[in-house]
Amino acid sequence: MSRIKKLFKSKKNILNIYVTAGFPNLNDTIEIVQELANSGVDIIEIGMPFSDPLADGPTIQNSSQVAIKNGITLELIFKQIEEIRKTVSIPIVMMGYYNQVLQYGATPFFEKAKAVGVDGFIIPDLPLEIYQENYQTILQNLDLDMIFLITPQTTDERIRLIDSESSGFLYVVSSYAITGSKSDIQQNQLDYFERINKLALKNPTLIGFGISNKKTFDTACKNASGAIIGSAFIKALENSQNIKTTVNEFITDIKN
Amino acid sequence: MNYEVNEQGFYGDFGGAFIPEMLYHNVNELKENYLQIMESKDFQEEFKDLLKEYVGRPTPLYFAKRLSEKYNTNIFLKREDLNHTGAHKINNTIGQILLAKRMNKKRIIAETGAGQHGVATATVCALMNLECIVYMGEIDIKRQAPNVARMKMLGAEVRPATSGSKTLKDATNEAIRDWIANPVDTYYLIGSVVGPHPYPDMVARFQSIISKEMKSQLQEKTGRDYPDKIIACVGGGSNAAGAFYHYLDNEKVELIAVEADGLGIETDKTAATTQIGTEGIIHGSKTLLMQNSEGQIKEPHSISAGLDYPGVGPLHAHLFKSGRGTFIGSTDKEALTAAYQLTKLEGIIPALESAHALAALDKIEFKPTENVVINLSGRGDKDMETYIKMMDNE
Ligand SMILES: Cc1ncc(COP(=O)(O)O)c(C=O)c1O
Repeated sequence: MSRIKKLFKSKKNILNIYVTAGFPNLNDTIEIVQELANSGVDIIEIGMPFSDPLADGPTIQNSSQVAIKNGITLELIFKQIEEIRKTVSIPIVMMGYYNQVLQYGATPFFEKAKAVGVDGFIIPDLPLEIYQENYQTILQNLDLDMIFLITPQTTDERIRLIDSESSGFLYVVSSYAITGSKSDIQQNQLDYFERINKLALKNPTLIGFGISNKKTFDTACKNASGAIIGSAFIKALENSQNIKTTVNEFITDIKN
Repeated sequence: MNYEVNEQGFYGDFGGAFIPEMLYHNVNELKENYLQIMESKDFQEEFKDLLKEYVGRPTPLYFAKRLSEKYNTNIFLKREDLNHTGAHKINNTIGQILLAKRMNKKRIIAETGAGQHGVATATVCALMNLECIVYMGEIDIKRQAPNVARMKMLGAEVRPATSGSKTLKDATNEAIRDWIANPVDTYYLIGSVVGPHPYPDMVARFQSIISKEMKSQLQEKTGRDYPDKIIACVGGGSNAAGAFYHYLDNEKVELIAVEADGLGIETDKTAATTQIGTEGIIHGSKTLLMQNSEGQIKEPHSISAGLDYPGVGPLHAHLFKSGRGTFIGSTDKEALTAAYQLTKLEGIIPALESAHALAALDKIEFKPTENVVINLSGRGDKDMETYIKMMDNE
């Protein structure tokens, strides 16, 4: 069983934190992830910086641009994850765009990721059908999870399809939004979470987009297995003087 | 060889819809509806009527006598520059706005490079009384100031794209982000044969009026409904797609696509996608694009904002790979020279984009008996500042 599946079997109120690899400085990611793990985060999502991140808002886009300028490459990210894995045992998910995977070579990419200790992937612009046709078998053989997004517009029928074809967890996009927008959770969002829960899906769900503080995290936990925080954490890193302090303060604020 | 899009939205190896789930519903809604709406009688009637009465079609197929003498062949200019708003772009915006209306969309968003598509979108939004937001790269806002003013006068809001290269690619990213954030009431009116399926096919169909008219005009003027060569510039590729459309299966017609070499393909200041690009994904479409080995998309360069795009539409990638299309490039300087030449020989000031197609005349061998059509995609009003600035160098 994959690390992700084990985690969801044993724990509730999962906190998944997104970090842009190579940001704010090229090699900070190692320390950031170690501190996140120490402070009780459950899953780490490592963003592969892309020049044209369509599904991301300005905060993650800016951090990606900085990281690319810093010289981040997929090869370097794999090295950093290898280093991280010496001390960190919680699940690690890579998030990036399909073009990056294609240029690296999809099969070598998945194999390399497995070798350095990655557990799953979020590739928002990889269509479900292309995944089924080309990569599903490879990932299943490597015991890796492919995580798909669902949105308020995704029909029940399609949610069921995505659920049956993916593993790990479902990434529930909280609203009509790119990452980093909106701040409070509204009634229509709660209705949408309830609709998903009624489907009694095979995979657990994590709510992402617009989760930024204790209040929104708690709401997410009431309506799903937990939440994903991205932009809010990247913003904290932007102003950080000391990584350890920033991480501890940020996570303490969310959890307590 | 087949040049039509298949069920999954592919032209050979290229195309498809590589989009995040947030766009699935919208793109799917469009995919399910576009053909049916476009082929309906009431749509066709309104579309044809607007093209005739509002846009001013058919555009002339003008025999350029002095230009023909210079190159010792028979050159016809398809005068898309004479369309209302000054370029071919309006053929597509008229079509898509009628589609958007029938899909009950209230808010129109668009990206623009040269501003021609932005102006054409703002124009049809004024006509249909719909809210209009145009995303435009910060750099393009500066170099195409007259078009920015036109869009504003037409009632559109022009939002600067400040990320990345601050040109067309980034304006497209911002428009897509807007669509993700506003999926219910908003229609994304794409300006070229790019983006996820069904956009490339839909835009090509709307632009295909260009080659449809060419057929009857050539029949009348030359006694044959096809030319030997068609030359068109390619940014995303919509004017070229329209000019090629009804000749794709006629192998007797050589289809010549002209890209912007910028400062030259040996420099990295270029937008010659097929020459230096590789296969990958940009704006939801699998196609040829300029990128590095990490899959990071490169920032293109062209003097012409409308050609300053690091990809080409999937149809063109297919024409390139299959060999059906001949792809050549013109540099910034060659395009300028060609623009001044057309102005002096024929009294027509072309858009900088179209000037790239004209510059190709110096690179192709013609027979005196051949008939050549150049798609004059737009007029040069928007480029006067550049033309005036560079005039002293001529
Ligand atoms: C006059 C003119 N020609 C050509 C283009 C390039 O676009 P496409 O390749 O889609 O025809 C533009 C784009 O703005 C334009 O304004």
